[in-house]
Amino acid sequence: MVNVKGGTFVPLYGSDSIPVKVKTFLMDVYPVTNAEYLAFVNKYPKWRKSAVKKLFADENYLKKWDGDLSIGPNAAKIQNSPVINVSWFSAKAYCECQGKRLATVEEWEYAALASETKANAANDEKFYQRSIEWYSKPNPTYLPPVQEGFRNYYGLHGMIGMVWEWTQNFNSAMVVGESRADVTMDRQLFCGSGSDGAKDVKNYVAFMRYAFRSSLKANYTVANLGFRCAKSI
Amino acid sequence: MKTSTLTKVVQLLAIGIYSIGILSSCSSQTTPAEAATQTNEAAPKEMPTIMAELTDAPNVPAPITRKHAAKVVVKLEVTEVVKKMADGVNYTFWTFGGSVPGKFIRIRQNDEVEFHLMNHPDSKNPHNIDLHAVSGPGGGAASTFTAPGQETVFSFKALNPGLYVYHCATAPVGMHIANGMYGLILVEPEAGLPKVDKEYYVMQGDFYTKGDFGVPGLQPFDMQKALDENPSYVVFNGSVGALTGDNALTAKVGENIRLFVGNGGPNLISSFHVIGEIFDKVYAEGGSTINENIQTTLVPAGGAAITEFKADVPGNYVLVDHSIFRAFNKGALGMLKVEGNEDKKIYSGQIVQKIYQPEGSTVQEMPKSKAPAVALASNKDMRLELGKTLYAQNCQACHQAEGQGIKGAFPPLAKSDYLNADVNRAIGVVAHGLEGQIKVNGELYNSTMPKLKLSDEEIANVMTYVLNTWGNKGGEITPAQVGKAKANFKH
Repeated sequence: MVNVKGGTFVPLYGSDSIPVKVKTFLMDVYPVTNAEYLAFVNKYPKWRKSAVKKLFADENYLKKWDGDLSIGPNAAKIQNSPVINVSWFSAKAYCECQGKRLATVEEWEYAALASETKANAANDEKFYQRSIEWYSKPNPTYLPPVQEGFRNYYGLHGMIGMVWEWTQNFNSAMVVGESRADVTMDRQLFCGSGSDGAKDVKNYVAFMRYAFRSSLKANYTVANLGFRCAKSI
Repeated sequence: MKTSTLTKVVQLLAIGIYSIGILSSCSSQTTPAEAATQTNEAAPKEMPTIMAELTDAPNVPAPITRKHAAKVVVKLEVTEVVKKMADGVNYTFWTFGGSVPGKFIRIRQNDEVEFHLMNHPDSKNPHNIDLHAVSGPGGGAASTFTAPGQETVFSFKALNPGLYVYHCATAPVGMHIANGMYGLILVEPEAGLPKVDKEYYVMQGDFYTKGDFGVPGLQPFDMQKALDENPSYVVFNGSVGALTGDNALTAKVGENIRLFVGNGGPNLISSFHVIGEIFDKVYAEGGSTINENIQTTLVPAGGAAITEFKADVPGNYVLVDHSIFRAFNKGALGMLKVEGNEDKKIYSGQIVQKIYQPEGSTVQEMPKSKAPAVALASNKDMRLELGKTLYAQNCQACHQAEGQGIKGAFPPLAKSDYLNADVNRAIGVVAHGLEGQIKVNGELYNSTMPKLKLSDEEIANVMTYVLNTWGNKGGEITPAQVGKAKANFKH
């Protein structure tokens, strides 16, 4: 894990442009890999493919694995690639079993602002364009090994350009904690309503991340959605 | 909503009148009210369930022939695919059904649609669908937000007939639409649309790529251009050339053609026009108002129009956005090839091409500004050389490159009896122009030769060239001879 030094930032969705404080925390350098997840299910049988409760993971759980304890015919190729088709419940369990937790949306977004050289590259056009291009592309047949993701300012690899990642609170983008607003706001970000309440309507990269998270339910498993763990200090 | 309430009121009234009819009359004749009720009863008790036929542009599903509402199941898959934008240019399109525009959906008013939206597992993004034919929150978007690898279902009743756009409405919505996420859904009125011979699906969209129009390679989306509403491409049916060449629409003379025209935008409004056709009918904005005899119809972003016309004469008819730079420079071109017999009364083809003289018969003088000094010829070869250039500049447009002229309009100079019979007369014609009927090689010509602002030297050169070319009698004309001939042949 590496240290992500705390600070403040204004998230895309938040209360009235108030900068959010993020305390210093620890975060995994890489997303969790297939090999690491295999070790996890070895130790915790209830998260194996055949044993997992449907309430906690839908039928695409570990879809590309060909058995409870087998990554499948392409194991050699993808054992160091991010594990995908995992649910929020399973990701959360994985982290807790390591004595860690999932990062909050704020922590994750804060850490993902960093380019190779800057802690906050939100206004770096090149960084922005690279991100939006990755978000536009369909998934590759085989995800690359986690080490290939770019190393950012904090030493985190592949925050952008590898997989989407689960966060602790993922489906609350439009909940602003103010009951009147909650009633009238649309949580699914469709049409123009997506820009209502957003702080930077030009930040399409962030929009796409929030939109993606908003489309999820905790038992969903998706072909380009993995996770990494975090820890408070 | 309004229609539904109205329909209910009408139905209640009809039932009321019908009941009165039962009480007061034993007549076996059918009253209009009874007829109305019977039409409703013609529908099966249980609504039949039908799988919707979905088609890729430019094709549309067959017209609906059933006379009753049905439950229609629509299954639409979202995929993110790399496809051709133009020759050598690729783009990652986000699609409803694998291509841009999305699948054409055809249903009937009052159908109940069970709509399935599947997002392919390989998609990077969540998607949803807002169908403008839906009355309800988000046009369905509120119920179809679908993560990759998921499927959502909702149902709606098609209350209003018309041609409607559907599109993805996931944030950032502009980007989803700019990547090609739109298509058309037709809700046929209960009585159906009048029968036509050909129906096609044409949808315009604007695209924003990092590279300008034609820059090759896999082009990424350019957000700034999208915000500036400055597209690199404006195309019909998802790519440059999707409706031209081998992909052109086709029809035969005499056929009635219906175009379902949509505009996905995201930004531009289309001035849809078919060059050389007049729309006999336009269902304005895809609704129920029929406008007749329309040259160009506006198709708003997120809107549609149904246009109908008869192909009267054969030829190629070009579909354009008449904001014409988009057609010429950004790809908004399509083609309809009509085959069949000519009808010269409706369209003759070119009959005459001739010099246009706005101010009388012999004026074609250059402005008074001084021309650069003309090269002087000192022998026949030089005259031929200079004369050739003069011919190309001054004579060839009418008398043609081989001096053959154009039959009926411009007399030939090649083997010309009129020319060879009297060269001095011909010099006079060049110097002073000629109007009126002459006979050349047996053909009558009755048009106008303008007076050419040429010097004696130039006339000598061009006449020498003409006389020594194309089988004419040869010889050399000097400026002195020109001077004399000019004086002798005035008219």
